[in-house]
Amino acid sequence: MIRPCLALALLLAACGEETAGGSHGPSSPGGHEAGLAAFEAVRGVLQHPRCQNCHPAGDVPLQGDDSRPHKQLVQRGPTGHGMAGAECTACHGPANPPDSYGAAVPPGVVSGWHMPPPELPMVFVGLAPGALCEQIKDPARNGGRDMAALRAHLHDDPLVLWGWDPGFGREPVATPHAEFIAAWETWARAGAPCPGG
Amino acid sequence: MMKIHINGSVREIDVSPDMPLLWVLRDVLGLPGTKFGCGMAQCGACTVHLDGKPTRSCVLPVSSVGAREVTTIEGLSSDASHPVQRAWAEADVVQCGYCQSGQIMTAAALLEKKPDPSDADIDAAMSPHLCRCGTYVRIRGAVHLASRLKRGER
Repeated sequence: MIRPCLALALLLAACGEETAGGSHGPSSPGGHEAGLAAFEAVRGVLQHPRCQNCHPAGDVPLQGDDSRPHKQLVQRGPTGHGMAGAECTACHGPANPPDSYGAAVPPGVVSGWHMPPPELPMVFVGLAPGALCEQIKDPARNGGRDMAALRAHLHDDPLVLWGWDPGFGREPVATPHAEFIAAWETWARAGAPCPGG
Repeated sequence: MMKIHINGSVREIDVSPDMPLLWVLRDVLGLPGTKFGCGMAQCGACTVHLDGKPTRSCVLPVSSVGAREVTTIEGLSSDASHPVQRAWAEADVVQCGYCQSGQIMTAAALLEKKPDPSDADIDAAMSPHLCRCGTYVRIRGAVHLASRLKRGER
């Protein structure tokens, strides 16, 4: 259902009168609805296991398609990079291992595996769409990012992009990355409306 | 041919870029102190240091090492005089010993970051390491002892 909804959102956005760019401002009623539909596509990506597993409601990262607690008592640590001596990068290397290593080996990324820091946990797991939406665009909770900075993070950060290239044996995020970014832009142009608000 | 910085020297190796570092250490460079346990970063037996940071060598392609310095248990000291090794011997930690080189490498890395770790610090650092002999309590005690040795308190 994600792709039809997304296509509708983009179509509605194209017919609206929203201003371009990453800031949120006033939008027409049609743009508002398109924005809400686009956010639903964004939410589906953020709450996909590939994304939400490192955005838990606590200090223990999750793993697998069932988002179960990470083995080995792994913890977020003081900076989001794990505990001293048990840093994420002890097991998660600078790239996904070759396919020949099998499906059970930890994936990796060039920018270094990590979670959000404890002071800005950016919880994705278990949040209702409205609460997730408000958190994402709140600079006090998102690391001081405006909408343009958030888009750049989602467009360019290697750890975000890993969700679409998660290595052998893992399901990538279902919505293609380009569609995800397009949905984000539609949502932003519509004034970043939140469900229930 | 590829170069690898290992225990303070540079060696040339002719291997597949995908070969796990652990295979290179044991089968090519003749450094069998680092052990194969699970082959999927689940047990910690294969832990070495990359630029001082604990790393599971069984899941790291050797081509990913680059110019970083690899330190194995053989390179931690030339005569088993590293404080962690001395503490391990004094506390008689080892039972079968298979997991212990990995445990020692992580303990050494922990003490570089936390010279006087708490029980919780030690448990957090060492929890990714499995010991089928159940030496965990002796390991915790030995890390505290190593901390004191390293700080010159004994």
